[in-house]
Amino acid sequence: MPLIMLSSPHAHGGDSIRMIMLTVILALLPAAGVSVYLFGWMAVLLIVTCMLSALVTEALCLKWMGRPVSTLLDNSAALTGLFLALTLPAATPWWMAVLGSVFAIVLGKQLYGGLGYNIFNPALSARVILLISFPLNMTTWIIPMSAHMGAMEPALNLYDFSTCATLFFGGPAALQLGFDAISMASPLGYIKTEATLGVPVADALNAYHYSYLDAFLGFEAGSIGETSALALLIGGIFLLARHSITWHIPFTYIVTVLVLAGLFNALNPDQFAPPLFHFFAGGLILCAFFMATDPVSSPVTPMGQVVFGIGCGVITWSIRTWGGYPEGAMFAVLLMNCAVPLIDHYFRPRVYGHQRRSES
Amino acid sequence: MPAMVRKLAQRLGMLQHSFVGGVHPNMHKLTADMVIEDVELAPMFVLPMKQHIGEICSPMVNVGDKVLRGQKIARSEGYLSVPVHAPTSGRVVKIEEHAIPHPSGMGLPSIFIESDGDDLSDQSIAPISDWINTDPTLLRERARMCGLAGLGGAVFPTFIKLVQDKRFPIETVVLNGIECEPYLTNDHRLMCEQSDAILEGMAIIRHMVGAASGIIAIEDNKPDAAQKMQQALDARDDMDGVSVVVLPTRYPQGSEKQLIYTLTGREVPAGKLPMHIGVLCQNVGTTKALRDAVVLGKPLTERIVTVSGDALPNPANLRVRIGTPVRTLFARQGLDDFSDIQIVHGGPMMGERLKHPDFPVVKSSTGLLVMSRPAMGAAHKVEQPCIRCGHCSEACPISLVPNLLADQCRSDQFEKAAQYDLFDCIECGACSYVCPSNIPLVHYFRYGKGQLALQRREQAFAEASRKRSEARDARIARENAEKAARRSQVRQTHAPKVETPKVDVPKTDADKAVGETAESKSVESKE
Repeated sequence: MPLIMLSSPHAHGGDSIRMIMLTVILALLPAAGVSVYLFGWMAVLLIVTCMLSALVTEALCLKWMGRPVSTLLDNSAALTGLFLALTLPAATPWWMAVLGSVFAIVLGKQLYGGLGYNIFNPALSARVILLISFPLNMTTWIIPMSAHMGAMEPALNLYDFSTCATLFFGGPAALQLGFDAISMASPLGYIKTEATLGVPVADALNAYHYSYLDAFLGFEAGSIGETSALALLIGGIFLLARHSITWHIPFTYIVTVLVLAGLFNALNPDQFAPPLFHFFAGGLILCAFFMATDPVSSPVTPMGQVVFGIGCGVITWSIRTWGGYPEGAMFAVLLMNCAVPLIDHYFRPRVYGHQRRSES
Repeated sequence: MPAMVRKLAQRLGMLQHSFVGGVHPNMHKLTADMVIEDVELAPMFVLPMKQHIGEICSPMVNVGDKVLRGQKIARSEGYLSVPVHAPTSGRVVKIEEHAIPHPSGMGLPSIFIESDGDDLSDQSIAPISDWINTDPTLLRERARMCGLAGLGGAVFPTFIKLVQDKRFPIETVVLNGIECEPYLTNDHRLMCEQSDAILEGMAIIRHMVGAASGIIAIEDNKPDAAQKMQQALDARDDMDGVSVVVLPTRYPQGSEKQLIYTLTGREVPAGKLPMHIGVLCQNVGTTKALRDAVVLGKPLTERIVTVSGDALPNPANLRVRIGTPVRTLFARQGLDDFSDIQIVHGGPMMGERLKHPDFPVVKSSTGLLVMSRPAMGAAHKVEQPCIRCGHCSEACPISLVPNLLADQCRSDQFEKAAQYDLFDCIECGACSYVCPSNIPLVHYFRYGKGQLALQRREQAFAEASRKRSEARDARIARENAEKAARRSQVRQTHAPKVETPKVDVPKTDADKAVGETAESKSVESKE
C-alpha cells in the first residue's frame, strides 16, 4: 500500500493520461474516416487489427511484468495501434499488421520500461522495422477508391467486404491479382524515380496528373491515414485547441520544410519540388501534428521543441530530396527522438531571477 | 497566446508584464461575502514557542503566573525571531510540548494559558498616534516587540523588511491583497471591512522605509475589495503616488516574486531579496497588524482565519485569538465528526494537510479547511509514470522543468537537481496541480531540498573536522620539532652523548608518521 501523501497541493486540475490519450484518438478520427472512404474495408480491417493486437500485446506484457493489467485503460496502447494502422499501406496483410503492433508494444515501449520510458515513438519505430523487413509490401500503394470516381471501373472494389477480407487475409494471390494491377506510385515515390531519370519536377507532376486539391483532400496514394491534409489539419487544430499539444513542434517542423523547399525550388525548380508539394506529400502533416508531438519521445521545454521541430524539418526534407527513400518524415522524427535528452538539457528555459540558463 | 509572443510583446512594451506559467484552479471562495465574526474566548489557549520563520523563542513565564492580554510570554532568541504574547488574561497552567500545524505531526514546547474570562489587556505598550514624527528605527523596534510576522502564511519576521538601507533604497511598497489560494477570503474581507486601517498601516510603512510610490495589488475576483480600497485611498490625503492595481486572477500571483515581476517588470535576482531591487512587499493583514501595533499599541494576538471547505456545515471568516484550539473553531462552525475528512491548514495549494484537529491557531493560520476526499480531486492519488507532456513546465511560474527535476530527486541525484535550480522552486504546487500522472512533484522537490541540505551540512562538518585534525597534526609536529630543538640545545650544553641515539630514534619515527599523515591528508583534500 502506498504511503498516504500529505504534501501540498491538496487540489488537482483533473487532467489524466487516459484523457490525454483519448483526445489524440479523437483527433485522429477525421483521418481515420478519410482512410475508410479511400480504402474501404481494408482501412477498417487494418485499424481494428492493429488496435486489437496492440491491446492484447500490452495486456500480455503487463501480466508478465507483474503490473496491473488495468493500466491498459490509459488508452496508450490503443493509440499506438491506431497510429501504426494509419501509417501502413492499405495492402498490408493481417500478419504484418499484427507483427507491427507487437513490435510497437514490445520493442518500442515495454522493453524500455513501459509508458513514459521509451526513447522512440513506438508506432513509428514499428513502422520502420516493417519497412526494412518487408520493403515491397510497405511501398505498394493500392489505388484509392477516389481514383475511380470517374468512368474507370475499379480493378478492386474496396467497399466490398469479402474482397477486402480475402486480400487482407490471403494476399493478392488469393484474388488472382498481381500487385501491379491494383497499385500505383505515391507522388513522392513517382517524382523521386523521375528525378533519378533526369525528368524535371514540373513535367513529372504533370505526367502523374498531380492535383493540389486532391492532395489537400487526400485523394491520392499513400499510407491509409496520411493522405488527407484536410482531415489531419482538423485533428491537429483540435489538439491545439484542447491544449494537448503546443504550436512549437508542428509549426517549426512544417515551416522548416517549407522554407528549405522554397529556397531550393527558387534556385532550381527543375530539380527541387515546390514547397506546397512537400507540405501535402507523404506523412509530413501526420508526423508534424501527431508523431513528433508524442509527449514521451519529444522535448518538454518550449525552446527544445522548437529545436526538435527544426531538426525534424531539415532531416525530412533532406531525405526526401537526397536520400534513398522517397519519404523521410518518420526517419526524421525517430532520429530527432534520439537527441531529446540532449535537447532537454541544453534548451532549458531561463529560470526566474537568473541572468541566463545555469551552466551544467 | 503563445508564451513567446507574449514575452516579445511585453519586451516591446505592447503588453503589461505578467509572470509566466500559473494555473487557474477552481477558487471555491465560499466565504467571500461573509462579514468577519468575532470568536468567543476559548477556555484554554495553546501558544507554541515558534510561530514564525527563524529561531525558537524561550518561555519567560512560569506555571501559575497570571498574564494579561498582550503581555510578552516568550522572548525571542537571536535576530531572526519575534516574541509571543498572551492572547487573553488568565493563568499559565503548564508548559509542555503540543502538536503544531505541521504535516509530520511534530510538536513544539507550548505555553498553556487558562482564560479567566475577564480579557484584561496589558497597557504597558503606549500607542504612537504621532508616528509621522517618530524615528523609523523606533517603529521598527515596535514591529519586533509586538511579534509581527507575515500573516499571508510565510510568517517571516516583519521588522526585518522594514529597514532603511542607503545601499538599497525602497522605491515602491507593494501591498499584497492578491489572495490567490482557493477558499481563502481573510484578506478579501479585511480589505472590505478595514480598508482605512490597512492604508494607515501602508502610510506607516512608507514613512518607515521612505518609499515614494505604492501599489495595492488585488485580483479581479475581488472587485468589492478593490472598490473599497480605492474609496479609502481617495479619502486619505497622505497617499500620493499610491494606486490600486487590479490584476487578472491567476495562481500563484500572490507569490512575492511573481507579483513584483507582474507589477514592475523586474525580477528579484536569485538569492536576493525584493529590497535589492527597491521593492518592499507586505501582506494586507500584516499591514493592518502593524498599524494596530503602532497606533493602538496592540501586540499581535489575533488574526483573521477563513474556516471553510466543502465538508464544513458553516464556513466563515473569523477573527480568532492566536492559540485558540482548532477543534473548538470547527465545533463552532458545526463540525464535530472528523472521520473521513481531510483537514488542511492554510490554502489547498500550499497548506499543510493534517491528520487530526488537535492543534492551535498560530500566526500563519490563513485558513482552516475541511474537505471530503472527492473535493481534493486526483490529488494524493496513486502516482503514474511521467509521460513528459510538459504541462508542469508550462505551469511553473519560475520556468523550471519539474519533470526532469523530479526524476533527479527521485533517483537521489541531488547535486544535479541543484544545477537545474532546484532551490529556486517556490513550492507553489502548480506543477503537481496540472500533472496528468498525479506525480507529487512538489513533494519530491521538498525531499530533494531536505536531503541536499543535509548532505551539505554533513560535508561542511566533515570538512571542518578534517581542518581541525590537520591543524592538530601540524601543531603536534611543530611541538615535537620545538621539543627536539630544545633537547638538542640541552644536549649541547650538558653533552651526555651516550643517551642521544635512545631518545632520537623514536622521536624521528613519530615525526615521520606525522609527516606522512599530513601528506596523505593533503592528497585527499586535493582529490
